[in-house]
Amino acid sequence: MTSLFPTTRRTAPADRTRPSTTPGDHVSTPSSDVALDVRALKKIYEGAGRQVEAVRDLTFSVARGELVCIVGPSGAGKTTLLRGIAGLLPLTSGEVVLDGARVTGPPAGMAVVFQEYGRSLFPWLTVRQNVELPLKEKGLKKAERREKVEAALEAVGLADSGDAHPWQLSGGMQQRVAIARAVAYEPSVLLMDEPFAAVDAQTRADLEDLVRTLWHRLGVTVLFVTHDIEEAVYLGQRVLVLSNRPTVILEDVTVDLPDVRDQLETRSTARFAELRHHVYELVQKAKKGYRPDGEAV
Amino acid sequence: MATTTAPAGAVASPRRPVLSGRTRDVALGGLGLLCVVVVLQILPALGVADPTYLPSSTDIGAALGRLVTEPEFWTAFGQTLRGWAIGLAVAMAAGVAAGVLIGSVPLLRALTASTVEFLRPIPSVALIPLVVLVYGSQPQSALILVVYASFWQVLVQVLYGVADVDPVVRDTARSYRFSRLTVLRQVVWPTALPYVVTGFRLAAAVALILEITAELVIGVPGLGQRIGVSQSSGAVATTYALVVVVGVIGVAVNVLARQVERRVLRWHPSIRRELP
Ligand SMILES: Nc1ncnc2c1ncn2[C@@H]1O[C@H](COP(=O)(O)OP(=O)(O)OP(=O)(O)O)[C@@H](O)[C@H]1O
Ligand SMILES: [Mg+2]
Repeated sequence: MTSLFPTTRRTAPADRTRPSTTPGDHVSTPSSDVALDVRALKKIYEGAGRQVEAVRDLTFSVARGELVCIVGPSGAGKTTLLRGIAGLLPLTSGEVVLDGARVTGPPAGMAVVFQEYGRSLFPWLTVRQNVELPLKEKGLKKAERREKVEAALEAVGLADSGDAHPWQLSGGMQQRVAIARAVAYEPSVLLMDEPFAAVDAQTRADLEDLVRTLWHRLGVTVLFVTHDIEEAVYLGQRVLVLSNRPTVILEDVTVDLPDVRDQLETRSTARFAELRHHVYELVQKAKKGYRPDGEAV
Repeated sequence: MATTTAPAGAVASPRRPVLSGRTRDVALGGLGLLCVVVVLQILPALGVADPTYLPSSTDIGAALGRLVTEPEFWTAFGQTLRGWAIGLAVAMAAGVAAGVLIGSVPLLRALTASTVEFLRPIPSVALIPLVVLVYGSQPQSALILVVYASFWQVLVQVLYGVADVDPVVRDTARSYRFSRLTVLRQVVWPTALPYVVTGFRLAAAVALILEITAELVIGVPGLGQRIGVSQSSGAVATTYALVVVVGVIGVAVNVLARQVERRVLRWHPSIRRELP
């Protein structure tokens, strides 16, 4: 499959070299190339007399086939945002619109790779059964399932481990199983929550390239949460930088790096360094409590 | 202990246990049993215990040898086992069904919580007058006591098990849009299974105790009733021999339950093994 490079739908000025902020850009009418629209999402956790305003006001949209990274300080509400988009969390206010339909529960055609990937695999099933189960649930025939499972395991380099149980694998391998499961499902939107937090640098680089390869091959819309700034810049077409809690978008940074990325080449370009620097500063600011509208925390 | 039985092995590889864990446990268990037998043999001989009330091991052994040739013994043996198995099966089925249902429906869980806590501590033997009134010394009396006692063991375990589903697993199942039935079969049941097996093990032991109690106290036909009869007719050695048989059944039940555990929980952290 050829790669998709939809133009990012942004109302930002033509100045493409300077990253800019686009909060409140949600008034624009949804167009057909928008896969995901997050509108004024707000989430306040209530529990035992304690209220936590995790997410205050998040508005952004993601074009079909786009790869968007989300960075922000720990506890900023990245997981909360992803769970909201995945329909796993009742929102306090605001809405998530997927392909023109409002998300009220887990939508079809969406796959989530959870932050706690080890716990998201079923230990009583083998690797192959783990990948196969969602396909079974989707109603695919046995032959078709087998084919997709093998292809997905092959893609993540686990063709030999199909009969093992997840707990017999290393952390990085488990993570790849979770990715294989999501990929085999052939979602139109893939959400990934800090998927590489627990793997070593080399595996991480491999997995990053794997995500980009799969993204190219499947034309899937990807939302990728990470706390690693370099990773966000390396992977994404855009990087959304979140403020600290209560969370708003600090800046929507366009990553204008060439589409073919290479761990060594790309990371050593001047533009990469600039973007990295810029996002780094933003995250530092976010940690110190800086907010785009200058409001007090 | 183990080093005394195989000192050469201990010298050859001091870092490894001489016997594997299980073999060693069995060996130690056997040794403990042997000690009991020896003490039982010595005590009456030394005159420490009155042989009228505590016959020696050899006397008990002889009585046991006589027992196993009597067809009535085997009839009683079968009656006890049947009562135990039926009661356990009913309790398991009812406990698992009720546990999964109550555990999966939060409203039911809240509704039944206090009832369960009220009924559970009632000892089964407190129901003896009631069942005697209704069924006398028929097997149904024992059945009710057995089912009542073991049902709670199973129910409580299953409730814990159903509640133990990992939130991340639950979210995973939801996000892949698993149907209710799939969640039950592929998520809730495997999660609860270790608890079900524990419930089975506890219930199996309790069921045996209640079966014997019912036979002994109410006179429901079985080994317990035979214990009562031998005791009142002064056949002390036979009484002890029957007690030994009951004990052996208890051990066998436990071993069986452990085997079941091992089979169904290959994936569980307590059983997990490395790749072959
Ligand atoms: N179930 C919950 N109940 C109450 N508060 C919660 C709950 N889940 C998250 N929070 C709070 O919401 C805030 C955001 O949490 P969230 O997990 O979304 O952060 P995050 O950005 O994913 O952090 P990290 O990078 O560490 O994973 C935190 O302050 C957290 O304490
Ligand atoms: Mg998180």
